[in-house]
This record gives sequence, C-alpha cells and structure tokens, in this order.
Amino acid sequence: MSEQRDLLYSEEEEALRAAVRDLLTDHCAPADVITRTESDAPHDLALWKSLAESMGLAGLLVPETHGGQGATHREAAVVLEELGRAVAPVPYLTSAVVATEALLACGDEELLGRLASGRTIGVLAVGLHRAPGADFPAVRLEGGALHGELTGIADAAAADVLLVPADDGGLYAVSADAATVTPQTSLDLTRPLATVALDGAACRRIGAAEPAVRQALRSAAGLLASEQLGVADWALTETVRYLKERRQFNRQVGGFQALKHRLAQLWLEVVNLRAAARAAADALASGRDTDVSVAVAQAYAAPVAVHAAEEALQLHAGIGMTWEHPIHLYLKRAKADSLAYGTAGAHRTALAALVDLQAP
Amino acid sequence: MTDADDLRRRTAELLAAHPPAATDRLEFLRARFDAGLAWVHYPEGLGGLGAPRSLQAVVDAELEAAGAPDNDPRRIGIGLGMAAPTILRYGTEEQKRRFLRPLWTGEEVWCQLFSEPGAGSDLAALGTRAVREGDDWVVDGQKVWTSSAHLARWAILIARTDPGVPKHAGITYFLCDMTDPGVEVRPLRQITGEAEFNEVFLTGVRIPDTRRLGEVGDGWRVAQTTLNNERVAIGGMRLPREGGMIGPVSATWRERPDLRTHDLHQRLLTLWVEAEVARLTGERLRQQLVAGQPGPEGAGMKLAFARLNQAISGLEVELRGEEGLSYDDWTMRRPELVDFTGRDAGYRYLRSKGNSIEGGTSEVLLNIVAERVLGLPAEPRTDKDVAWKDLAR
Repeated sequence: MSEQRDLLYSEEEEALRAAVRDLLTDHCAPADVITRTESDAPHDLALWKSLAESMGLAGLLVPETHGGQGATHREAAVVLEELGRAVAPVPYLTSAVVATEALLACGDEELLGRLASGRTIGVLAVGLHRAPGADFPAVRLEGGALHGELTGIADAAAADVLLVPADDGGLYAVSADAATVTPQTSLDLTRPLATVALDGAACRRIGAAEPAVRQALRSAAGLLASEQLGVADWALTETVRYLKERRQFNRQVGGFQALKHRLAQLWLEVVNLRAAARAAADALASGRDTDVSVAVAQAYAAPVAVHAAEEALQLHAGIGMTWEHPIHLYLKRAKADSLAYGTAGAHRTALAALVDLQAP
Repeated sequence: MTDADDLRRRTAELLAAHPPAATDRLEFLRARFDAGLAWVHYPEGLGGLGAPRSLQAVVDAELEAAGAPDNDPRRIGIGLGMAAPTILRYGTEEQKRRFLRPLWTGEEVWCQLFSEPGAGSDLAALGTRAVREGDDWVVDGQKVWTSSAHLARWAILIARTDPGVPKHAGITYFLCDMTDPGVEVRPLRQITGEAEFNEVFLTGVRIPDTRRLGEVGDGWRVAQTTLNNERVAIGGMRLPREGGMIGPVSATWRERPDLRTHDLHQRLLTLWVEAEVARLTGERLRQQLVAGQPGPEGAGMKLAFARLNQAISGLEVELRGEEGLSYDDWTMRRPELVDFTGRDAGYRYLRSKGNSIEGGTSEVLLNIVAERVLGLPAEPRTDKDVAWKDLAR
C-alpha cells in the first residue's frame, strides 16, 4: 500500500512552480501584503484574478469536461507551496481546493465550472478548525430556506457562493448576497475568518453534506501541508540569508555554532516536511493510502511550520518583532494553520485508529 | 550499455550454472562476483558490469526469489560500505584485484583503524606514526572504537607520515594486515556489557609501500571517501513502514494492552509519525538518486536515525513497566554484528546512545549541514596553518 510513491517534482510541476513564483514576486510583495491587511479588503482579488483566470489554476482539480484543467493534487500542492511562501491573501485553498472538492463529491457540474473558471469564489461554510473526521455544525432548513449562524468561516468575506450544511443532512448552495457575512478579527490577517448569518436565505440543494465535507476537509488537510512547507521554507531561507549578512562581535552571526545548529535542525525538519507533504499530495492524487498519508503529513507539518516561523522571529531578534518586517505574517499564518483542518493532535488520534495503535 | 533485461538474463544464467540448492554458499558467491552481479555498478572484472547502480535491485530481487545465499552485508559492512568504495577509487589495479573479491564474498572481513583516544571528532589530529624504512612503513600508535577488529583480516588505516606540516596535510592511507606482528587487539567493554568494539595497539608494524592507498600525504582526501560512504551506510537503509525500531515498540503496544498509558500513547504516536516521515525522506532521497538528481538530504539521514532510535528505545523501556527494570544479559559477549532488534529494550536503549557518536557525532554533522548545505560561515580555525607537531595536546 505504501510503496511506489512518487515523492519528486516532475518537470511540469517545476515549470508550474516557476510561473506561480514569478507572478507572486511581481504582484505579492511582503510590504504590499502588510498594507493590504490594514485595509477593509484583506483579500487581493487582482492577484486572484491573475492566478485563477489568467493562469487557470482555480480549475486544477476539476476535470476538463467540467471546464477545469484535469490536473491532480500534486500540481495543486505545488501552487500551495508557492502561495505559502508568499503568504498570499487569496482564497485558493478555500475555493479551488475545499469548495471544489465538496462540489466534486456532489457532482454539481454547473457550480464546478464556475469555480474552475475562477470568476466565482466558493467557500464551504464549515469552521476552519474542523478536522476531516470531526462533527460540524449545520443550520436549520425551514420552509425551503436556511436559518442560523456559522462562525470561523475562512475567506467567507471574499466568497460569491457559500456551501452550507443543513440539518436535513444536505449541502446547500447559497449566494453570498443572501447571507450576512461579518468579518471576525482574525489571528491570521491573510486568511481572515467571518461569521455567516442566514435569515431565511434562499438555497439550492447540491448533495449530501457528510461525504462532501469529509472529502473536502481531507484534501484540505493533506494539501495544507504543502502550504506549511512553503511557509517553513521561506522562514528558513530568509533567516539563513539574514544571519549571513548580520554582523555582531565582529563576525557574521551565522558563524556561531549555537545558531548554526538551530538552523541545521530546522533544515532537517523542512526536508522531512517536504517528503511528508509530497507523500500526502501523491496519495490524494492516486487514492492509495490516503488517510494515513494525510494524517502523517498534518501531524508533522504544523509543529514544523510554527517552529520555523518562531525561529525566524527569534533569530531576527528585534527586527522580527516589528510590524514592518513580514515575519509576523508568517508566524500568524503558521500558528493559524496549526489549527486549520484539525490540529496535529487530532491527526495523531486519527492515525491511532488507522495504524492500530489504540488508546489505553 | 547493460540494461535490466540483460541483467535478468545474466542472473538466470548464473542460477542455471550454480543452482542455489545444490551449490556451496561460498562457491555461489564467488561465481556471482565473477559474473559481475555482485555490485553491478563496479567495473567488469571487479564484481560489476559498469551498469547503473539502481539496477542492482533487479539482480537482488531475482536472486532472492531463487533462494540464493546473500553475502551478509551486516557482518562485512565496513568492508562493503567503506573499504570497497575507497579501494575502487584510489587503489592500484593490483590492489583492486587482490582485495575486492574476498571482501565481497566475506572471506576476508575488514575493520577501520581511524579513531584514536586523542582524535575523535577532530579525526585529523591523529597521532599514530608511520615512518618510511626502505620499501616498508613502520607504524606505531593506538586506535580505538574498532568494530570487528577481532574478526578482521584487513584494516583500512590512516597514520601520520609528516608531523612537520598542518594536520590534514601529513596523513597517509594504508591497507594493514591484521595478522602482522605488532598488531594487538584488545576488547573494549561497553555500557551494554558486550565488547563490540576494540582497542588496537600498533607496535612496530611493518606495512609494505605496495599497501599504501593513494599518494603519501594525501590520506585525508582518501579518508573523505570512506567517511562519506560510512554516513550513507549508517543512515541510508531502505525500510518498509514500521521497519525500524518503531516496529518492536508498536508490536509491544498492540500485544500488551495492560502496559498502555495516555502519556505513552501520545509519545508513541508522535514518534510513529516521525519515523514514518524519516522513512519517506529516505525514500525521496533514493528516488532523487535514481533520477540522477542527488540532493543534500543524505546529510540529515544519520541525524534523524540517531535521534529517533534513542527516543523510541527510551520509550520502549518505560512502556515495559516492571520488565523495563530488568536487562537480558550483562555478560561480556563479542557479537559479530550489532543486532538492534534481536535483544531486549534495555539493550536497544543503551546501544542507541552510540548512534549520535559513531560515524561522526550529531554535533559535527549539524556543522556539516550548516556549512555545506546552508552555506553558513565555518568555525574559526586556529590550527589551520600550524604544523601538527606544534599543536597543543
């Protein structure tokens, strides 16, 4: 089951990475991301348009017959690595992965096509912290309309369509215009949360909620590891660069063994995370050994990304504590990601059942 | 160019000419070497066919399926993993022909005379002297941590041939006959109770100049080949899921519900994840090598292996509760190979403490990663331009 896993990047995947990185280098500078987080519009919809519409990346997971690219989770993972490396404020994970997977499970071709084109942003109305196997709240279905409130919905402020679980076990599509979306003050400024209030909102049933949410959250958890890899890789690379430049005691600070060992340890963790994230992406793409691979990747990824961002802050010292340096964006993303789609502990618990290491 | 089909054909021919069931083990191994199927990436006539290294797996799979004897690479690991690649790269034709075949078949066991009481992590500081006398070198000194010295027929040896130059420059590499007069091997008993290692005393040992490997004074460079291969050999084993030390402790957990506690459960799951991720990293490294894109990940494999072994075996002692307070056997054994799974948890715990010391300490390896992979500045060197004889000791 666990054998014959392709853990490398193909030439096409490296070309995709280069194209996404070029775009982000030109249009997602850290200073601009910081400025944007202080505005009323934290999402960069111009960048989204370039990624989703011009490059066609919103439809990677959607078959060509439904207007997508017919690619796999391996390619989506590479995109997420680069978006993580740039802490890009775009709803890629939430719309192009989570909502898209839910629609794939339901088989809703019309909405799938719209999400794949990138012209419609879809968001699954399940709290960001929910693990793949966990319970999730549903709103009340009454007289063909939805009533209730859901909290912690990532990127809801940017959504055109919300996919909402209801108490009849169905998943419903609701136009964002029919809901009241109120931004929450979020730890992660680049992936903001919102509450969604529905007061007799018109809706359309698209399928059963349980299998759709499960599939969506599992892909999210597996691919989130690639975003966390991007975050960790940025933190390591920037810190190494800084410690080669920074001089104290008439030496490059990076020459002190106490710091070299910490960076070498971090490098080891990033190397391991890359293997775990690739394994999860490949397992999602092939459908083999998926549950274990996703749980392993997510149990490993969160502590590494947080550790990398925390080390980056500490080793940049004073400058790392400032608002103007982008480290705080990465720390906030890494810490929020450690709760997203299940904590490392939740994934270890899931793993215990999967590999027969039962609790006492 | 030799391809997979060609190797399958050659393997079938070997098996037809020497049916494993009817052939003496040693005879089969010699025939396999002579057929070029020992290590297919070595040159023809030296156990190989000059084929891509990745194709060895094709041969191994066919031979294993046919029930052919293997050459027990654990017992002869130092010869295979360290002496052989160094001899292949730096040896004369005469040396390659003399040594590689009995090394591969296991007829001659090798050991490594590198470390000394005063030269561990700072290996280049070694003080064993080799002085030229006619066609011979006369060697005097003491080596330590020598696995298999009591079994070995031959040793790879580094010794100082010029104390008047800085330490890295005055070293020469030799192939030492362990049966020669003046070679004395004494067991070195360790914390596990056994004597897996030895001290080796060299007193007026005469090594002919024909047993020198590489140029006089170039021994440090030659030794780098040995040391790099040592780290690959230690960290680079291919494992199935739960293939390492996590296997026995997971099995104990499953079989003994009475031992389970919540605290140990959390630690076990964390280590299970880390072991699986380390395995995936090793797999990724192998895929890179096969694809011709070697990455620096190998530098980290031994570090991960050491840390995991120590953490997992420590957990297992605790998991065993009352049994964790006993130990299987303190008698001074002289094992032929280190057995990480055959003995009990207490042994594994104690033996794994060596994993972060042998073959380069974890601290030295972290420096190597920091400097060679991340490009961070090297430690200031106070001994770089000082003759070895003038160094403080």
